[in-house]
Amino acid sequence: MNLHEYQSKRIFAKYGIPIPNGEVATTPAEVRAIAERLGTPIVVKSQVLVGGRGKAGGIKVAKSVDDAEAVAGQILGMDIKGLTVTKVLVDEAADIRTEIYLGAVLDRAQRRVVLMASSEGGVEIEEVARVTPEKIIKVAVHPFLGLRDYQALQLAEGIGLPKEHMKAFTQVARGLYQAYVDNDANLAEINPLVITGEGKLVALDGKMVVDDSALFRHPDLVAMRDPEEEDAAEAEAREHGLNYINLDGEIGCMVNGAGLAMATMDIVKFYGGNPANFLDVGGGASADKVSAALRVILSDKKVKAVLINIFGGITRCDEVARGVLEAINTLDVKVPFVVRLVGTNEEEGRRLLAEADMITATSLADAAQKAVAAAKGENA
Amino acid sequence: MSILVDTNTRVVVQGITGRQGAFHTEQMLDYGTQVVAGVRPGKGGEWGVRNVPIFDTVKDAVEATGANTSFIIVPESTAPDAIIEAADAGIDLIVCITENIPALDMVKVRAYLDTTSARLLGPNCPGLITPGEAKVGIMAGHIHTPGNVGIVSRSGTLTYEVVYALTARGIGQSTAVGIGGDPINGTNFIDVLQMFEEDAATEQVIMIGEIGGTDEQKAAAFIRDHMSKPVTSFIAGQTAPPGRRMGHAGAIISGGEGTAEEKMEALKAAGAKVARHPDEIAEMVAQNIS
Repeated sequence: MNLHEYQSKRIFAKYGIPIPNGEVATTPAEVRAIAERLGTPIVVKSQVLVGGRGKAGGIKVAKSVDDAEAVAGQILGMDIKGLTVTKVLVDEAADIRTEIYLGAVLDRAQRRVVLMASSEGGVEIEEVARVTPEKIIKVAVHPFLGLRDYQALQLAEGIGLPKEHMKAFTQVARGLYQAYVDNDANLAEINPLVITGEGKLVALDGKMVVDDSALFRHPDLVAMRDPEEEDAAEAEAREHGLNYINLDGEIGCMVNGAGLAMATMDIVKFYGGNPANFLDVGGGASADKVSAALRVILSDKKVKAVLINIFGGITRCDEVARGVLEAINTLDVKVPFVVRLVGTNEEEGRRLLAEADMITATSLADAAQKAVAAAKGENA
Repeated sequence: MSILVDTNTRVVVQGITGRQGAFHTEQMLDYGTQVVAGVRPGKGGEWGVRNVPIFDTVKDAVEATGANTSFIIVPESTAPDAIIEAADAGIDLIVCITENIPALDMVKVRAYLDTTSARLLGPNCPGLITPGEAKVGIMAGHIHTPGNVGIVSRSGTLTYEVVYALTARGIGQSTAVGIGGDPINGTNFIDVLQMFEEDAATEQVIMIGEIGGTDEQKAAAFIRDHMSKPVTSFIAGQTAPPGRRMGHAGAIISGGEGTAEEKMEALKAAGAKVARHPDEIAEMVAQNIS
């Protein structure tokens, strides 16, 4: 789960990381009131869960209270990469002297949380990694020891941080690591961490991604989920315990198992089609879940054909067939279905579906080709 | 011969009293696996499904029954404890089916396991099977047949798909190993490839990877430098968008790293066959035999 900048920075602040004074607003009038309280100049920052807000014009400095209201009027309601801006963070503008990058990620290869620092703050770290990888300094943290001060110093020295900031930097690094661990993050990033004209370190921008698998023990973080930011179909799928990701194609896919679901998308593409979604109904799916999955798939108006690929193990083909029938009987289905059922109780599943008007397939390749043809309106 | 599990495998099921635990215990017994004990704190002394004796701790189970392999099917909140307990009880092979264990818990578990001699398979995996000998997993046993093709995979159902196609062609399997779809796991591709390379019963290997991480690229380097047996591979997720987690916690392309394309390139360069879609895998394996 991705957190907004303001949410991430508020968490960082709890761990002793200095952030600018700021407040969240949803109307230009509120922004004006905040600017009056904080004093100008201020920065108005769109809060949407995509990168590249600055380039899209979603972050602007305002020198006066009038200016702040005007800028807020431009930013609120604007579209950034398909997301509408509904709220902004209004921060005191900082007197920036130096921009640094500091981030924590889970390094899969080392099986450790790794802290990364770079003197190239304010730009995407992936870009720094590509162009000047030597400018990224990393330390791996042992899970039983936590981040040690000497490791923070290694980062500071590695990026050439002036000695007078070492102590403050160590405190920020320790805070970031602790925030990462306590909140079960996948990523926690301060970019940029700036040195101000007054010689202070301040986290100007913040980003946190939380491990979905750990949300069960973080009700406070779950409460931060922003429904406006979520695709409606994806939200419904999540409520039914389905893994669903909406894509751009025309062939809706319902598959059991994540790997098989990806492979099904791949083979659709191989035969000239485009998957409309990734959907894993999971192991042992009930008829209700299958029916919900089809409802989600069919809510996407781009879908011109549905491909159902089930390899039964703990999932029973007859149960899947019942779910498909339930969906067909309750929804107004206008697109062709291609069904492939293999494994546990496949005969019973096929028998149940025989009366419904569906295209059946034996192999995965056969199913994909028939789905691609059906989506083009050809008779398979 | 085979790898990791055979007729000498003695299984203790952690979570035997749960619905899934009881079901898969019966399935494993029906396949011929020696399930010798179950564990459920507070129910020691009772009997589980098919009269398998239940113990309060793994240690008790090991002492009483000589169990050497653990099958873990408990909720994600207790799975980390279950793995560590199994390792402390002297279990050699720990197979963890449980999905959605927080990644930072696995960081700790793995760091601890590295100080013991226990091997963990998974988590978030279907387990493993040596056809005709033992099944320590949740896969449907009947689609497998004994033979000489070793399989190692990050995905469950995709493996079943491939096994089904192999069996349909009369091509048997030595052992099929699911290493799981999580970013931090106990056993990786290289561990299993090395075992297959050394296993007399395995003549060729299928490796099924997916997007996310760099394990397949490292496996490619291992194949190039250390494998004499032919390897056929497939990478799922060629059409996956970057930055989205595709069901498996580990299946995510981040910062442009972990794409199917780079993995397929690395495997091709290492001399492995790379299938473009799953139906090609069995065909390529058959070509190695004829």
